[in-house]
Parts: sequence; structure tokens; C-alpha cells
Amino acid sequence: MVRVTQILGAALVAGLATLGGAAFAQGGNVDAGAKVFKKCKGCHQVGKGAEHRIGPHLNGLFGRKAATYEEFNYSKGFQRIGGGGLVWHAESLDAFLENPRAMVSRTRMSFPGLKKAEDRANLIAYLRQFSDNPADIPEADPTAQGVDHDLDPAILALKGDPEYGQYLSGECTTCHQSAGGDDGIPSIVLWPEEDFVLAMHAYKSKHRIHPVMQMIAGRLGDEEIAALAAYFATLEE
Amino acid sequence: MTLNRRTFLGAAAAAASLSAPMVRAMGKPRVVVVGGGAGGATAARYIAKDSKGAIDVTLIEPTRKYYTCFFSNLYLGGFKNIEDIGHTYGGLAAGGVNVVHDWAVGVDRDAKTVSLAGGATLPYDKLILSPGIDFVEGAVEGWDLSAQNAMPHAYKAGSQSELLKAQLMAMPEGGVFAMVAPPNPFRCPPGPYERVSMVAHFLKQNNPTAKIIVADPKPKFSKMALFQEGWANHYEGMVDWIGDDFGGGNVSVDPNAMTVTIDGEETKVDVCNVIPAMKAGRIAELAGVTDGNWAPVNAADMSTKADGDVYVLGDASAQGDMPKSGFSANSQAKVCANAVRGALTGSKVFPAKFSNTCWSLIAPDDGVKVGATYEATADKIAKVDGFISQTGETADVRKTTYMESEGWYSGITADMLG
Ligand SMILES: Cc1cc2nc3c(=O)[nH]c(=O)nc-3n(C[C@H](O)[C@H](O)[C@H](O)COP(=O)(O)OP(=O)(O)OC[C@H]3O[C@@H](n4cnc5c(N)ncnc54)[C@H](O)[C@@H]3O)c2cc1C
Repeated sequence: MVRVTQILGAALVAGLATLGGAAFAQGGNVDAGAKVFKKCKGCHQVGKGAEHRIGPHLNGLFGRKAATYEEFNYSKGFQRIGGGGLVWHAESLDAFLENPRAMVSRTRMSFPGLKKAEDRANLIAYLRQFSDNPADIPEADPTAQGVDHDLDPAILALKGDPEYGQYLSGECTTCHQSAGGDDGIPSIVLWPEEDFVLAMHAYKSKHRIHPVMQMIAGRLGDEEIAALAAYFATLEE
Repeated sequence: MTLNRRTFLGAAAAAASLSAPMVRAMGKPRVVVVGGGAGGATAARYIAKDSKGAIDVTLIEPTRKYYTCFFSNLYLGGFKNIEDIGHTYGGLAAGGVNVVHDWAVGVDRDAKTVSLAGGATLPYDKLILSPGIDFVEGAVEGWDLSAQNAMPHAYKAGSQSELLKAQLMAMPEGGVFAMVAPPNPFRCPPGPYERVSMVAHFLKQNNPTAKIIVADPKPKFSKMALFQEGWANHYEGMVDWIGDDFGGGNVSVDPNAMTVTIDGEETKVDVCNVIPAMKAGRIAELAGVTDGNWAPVNAADMSTKADGDVYVLGDASAQGDMPKSGFSANSQAKVCANAVRGALTGSKVFPAKFSNTCWSLIAPDDGVKVGATYEATADKIAKVDGFISQTGETADVRKTTYMESEGWYSGITADMLG
């Protein structure tokens, strides 16, 4: 039997109001989601008896704060984002699944992401069954949004001016050491430019959670982000 | 051969000076920076680093070791050793800055020279003053600098911080720690309240029946809701904050009798931390660039309203909306360095951008922060956007915030001193 979860009327409006984005909701298909999950299976287990493998198990994911299993060895990036208050809901999962690196830099999850909104919606509907109150679907946690978290290729293609980046970097190096130290505040030197640009735009759009970074990125233009990425990518340690 | 090379370099320098009118004929342009703190050290370092030897940078700083005021409260609370917050100037010297350990005692703006206590006179093309603060005389009745041993301010870090800590440790069981808080504007708006938190933490561990009284001339203070929530959660009944509404501004002290009189009521205390009203470090006044207590500056480059070749950074400046913090001074220094370099060598000058974040520690792993971004407008540095930690945040969020402050400390000290 094909179960299709459909987000309806009032619940949809109420749910979206709290998300802050003009998300377009569609249903997610659980069976189709089970197929998508095959891509995840190499590292993650879900369902009865699921255990941590290369990645943590995914039972009880919805409403849980990121990086909370003490027995699991999370990457620093994930620990920070959990400490920063990221909670897994359909919206945050959708953003994460589309491009894991945009949301959690240097995650050990070496997965390029699901580019098709439909795949994500289906996967989210599938995973939602293994959280506490799957019967609440869709009211408790809208299961699927067709939000576009991917960056315009034109933004990614921008060539940054490293000299400008060097000047702008003064705003970063008060906290992020130019020599690359990493205690409490992550190192940002020698990142691939694309990772840098993705991360900064994710802060700008507030998909990544961190008040300081949302504020700093919020007023940087596309050219400025490109300039910073160009500068830090080549900084000698 | 050598001669030819020199002649060639001389010609190149002369050509360069066409596009940089400030350059004195043939010589390298000279920048003198007074004060090796958050503003001055950063400016000296950035100018030397980015001009790659094209500008002569001299830093005048009397102390051989800079003790940061930031984290000096954590030292009081027992989270840091004094050596953790002391930094030498070796990194700056290695980075090409000529570090002179002396006091600047006068500025001749017509001759464009700075005179030092040791007798030397240094010429400058651009002068950057970042002397921090001094105290307004007569600000707290009964207190002057000669009383700073009996009643320390500990608002310039180092020996004063050590003294206050020693007095805190020697407090009798159930004793009273008093603080006289300063009026606005002063360096580090959350500083006195982070200090109250750290003193409370120390007392809770070592002297739990002791009390803290704060006499404050202000009706409210930075991160007030967050601090008061924290004091109630961690140090219930220990802190008595007397704001202006209850006579906290009507205060006098007697350093001999060790008494504090608040709104007519005299109390015998064991430790008294007097933080008087502040003004720009005296050299700014001697240079004739102050108006009242502070030195007004142009937001675009931190040059003073009084003299386009004299810049004032950090606490000593009157710039607009930024709080007087180490972060702000560091941010202003980079804008200034870019502008000074541009004026002297013709390098590209980018538009000014400023930011600030101040972290405070309330109790172990309970950190909070407040921050904002700023831009230069015609009449001041104006706030663009900001945020503040919320009351009722989870322990995880607070711990991450504290960890971040540790990262920031490593970051800013490296950014200042290399
Ligand atoms: C308890 C406390 C906690 C604080 N916590 C924080 C915090 O967490 N975060 C933050 O961002 N800020 C904090 N601050 C504020 C911060 O310390 C100051 O805002 C910052 O140091 C200002 O930088 P500055 O360059 O203006 O002055 P300073 O850093 O004070 O530097 C001035 C330097 O000039 C030198 N000097 C003065 N006069 C002369 C002269 N005539 N000749 C030569 N040299 C001279 C002095 O020796 C000194 O080294 C705190 C302050 C205090 C008191």
C-alpha cells in the first residue's frame, strides 16, 4: 500500500508561520522515501534495533537536538551546531539533506546531498515514521517543504578579489585565528572556496544557526563573501 | 652596483610619493602609535604587516607585558592564572614594529612630533593614539589614585587585578565585598557585572556566607536581565545591587576606615572595589584632541575632528554607538590601519565596517554574549544590527557560548600581538 502524507489547510498555514520561509509544502511518500533511504544505509540504521554505525542511528530524530548521543563521536562541526541549538525538524532536515556541507561545515558525512526536493520530501516522510509520534504527521511536524536551499550557480561562480577579502577578513580574525587555531571557535583558513561560500550564505539565509555569524554574514554581499572565500582559501598557515 | 641600486630605489620612492602626497621627500612615511593595547597593538601590527616595510611603524608602550582587562574577571573567579592574561610584545617586534617601552608625555601637532618621558622626540606623518582610559578626578567622594591600594579599581589589569584578588582571598568569613560601579560611558559595559558574578563564584566556593553590595549610579546596566537571572540561579541571596533608584549614585568612601556610605547609610566593608568615572587616557588631552572627557573622531577612518593626522582608537575615542570594548578597539584599529596605509602609500582604501561581540561569564559554563555590527555615517559610527543571549537558554547553549569566548580570546590576542 502506498501511504501518502498530505499537509492540509489550517495545519499548513500554522506550521509555516513558524518557519519563517515562504516554503511550498508537498506530501512525502513513505514508500518512495524507503527507496531513497538506500543511499543512507551504508552509514545509518533506522527502525527496530537500529544502532550507531559510521553515522548515528536515526530513530527519534524529529524534535531532537543535533549531536546529542553522548556515546557517538560527532565531528567538531556537528558538536558546535548542536551546541548552537539546531533541532531536527522537517525544515532543518530538508536544508541539511539538500547540501550537508552548507549547514555543517566539515561534517564527516561524505554525502553530496539530495538535489531533488521530491526525494528529500519522501525521505523525510520515511524517517518521520521512526520518531515518537508518527501518527501526528503531518500536524506536529510538517513533513516536507520544497524550499530551495541550493545556491544560485552564478553566486558560486563569482570570482572573489583576495585583496578586498584581506581587508574584510579583519572582521573575522578578531575571533577566527588567521593561523588556524581551533578552540571554541572553528578555523576558517584553507577551506575550499565553495564550502566557504555555501556556509556563509547558509548563515545569511539563517539556515545555519549562530547569532554572531548570522549577523556578520547578513550584511555581506555576494561579492564580499566571494572575496573572503578567495582570501582565506589561499592564506598561508 | 650597490650605488646604482640605491639610486634606483630612491627614484622609485620619489615616483611613489607623487601619488602619496603625505610622504616626506625620500624617507619612508612614519607612523607613531601610542599605547600597545587592543587598539594600538592591532593598528601597529596591521600597518606593518600590510605595508610590507613601506611604512615605518613605532609603538610606544611603557609596560613590557600587556595584561588584558578581558578575562581579568575570570582570573578573579579562579578560571585563569595571571600569566594566562599577560602577553609580551615580541610578536609585534618580529612583525616589523619598532617597539619602544616608554611613556609618551607630549605631542606637538605643529611640528608633528611626540616626546617621550625618556627624553626622545619622534617625528610622525600620522599619529595614532590608543591610550585607553584614565579616571575622572573627584568622581567618587573620598577616593583618589593614592587610595587605589586600599580600595583597588582593577580596571586596568595587572598588579591591580592581583591586589583585588589577594584582598578577596583574605576576606573574613561572612565578610562584605563592596563595589562602586561607574557611570556611563565606561570601558566594558558588562565588566562590573561579570566581575560581581566572578567574585560571587569565588565566594560561593570559599566563603559562602559572604555578601556583595554594589552601589551603582545607573538605573540599569548591560545584559541586566541575564546577570540578574544568573545571580538568582547561582548565587541566591548573595548579591545586593543598589541602583540609582535606591540611592546607588549617592555614594562616598573612606579608605582609612574601610567604610562605604550609600544614600546616607554607612557600612563597614572588607573589600571595596571602586570603579570611578572614566575619561580618555591623558595623552589624548595633552595632544589637544579631546572635547570634554573623550576625543571625537570621524567614523570613516578614526581621525580626530581636531586634526586629520591624529587618530584616536578604542576607549579614548568618542565615536558614536560602539561600546568601549577590546573587540571594538580591535575593529576600529583595522579600519584605521587601512585608511592610514592608503593615505601614506596610496594603497586601496575600503569602506569602514565595524563589529563587536562581548562575552561574559556568569558561572562555570554559563556564558552569555551581546553583539552588533556598525557602519560609518557622516556624524558617527552607527549601529546596524545586533543580538543578545536570551534568558532561560539551555545549559548546552550557555556552555557553547563560554567555549566560544575562549576561542575569541585566543583569536583577538593573536590578532593584536601576532
Ligand atoms: C574588567 C574588564 C573586563 C573586560 N572584558 C572585556 C571583554 O570581555 N571583551 C572586550 O572586548 N573588552 C573587555 N574589556 C574592555 C577592554 O579591555 C578595553 O575596552 C580595551 O582594552 C580598550 O583598548 P584600548 O586600546 O583603547 O586601551 P588599552 O587596551 O587599555 O590600551 C591602552 C595602552 O596604552 C598605554 N598607554 C596609556 N597612556 C600611554 C602613554 N602616555 N604613552 C604610552 N602608552 C600609553 C597603556 O599602558 C595601555 O597598554 C574589559 C575591561 C575590563 C576593565
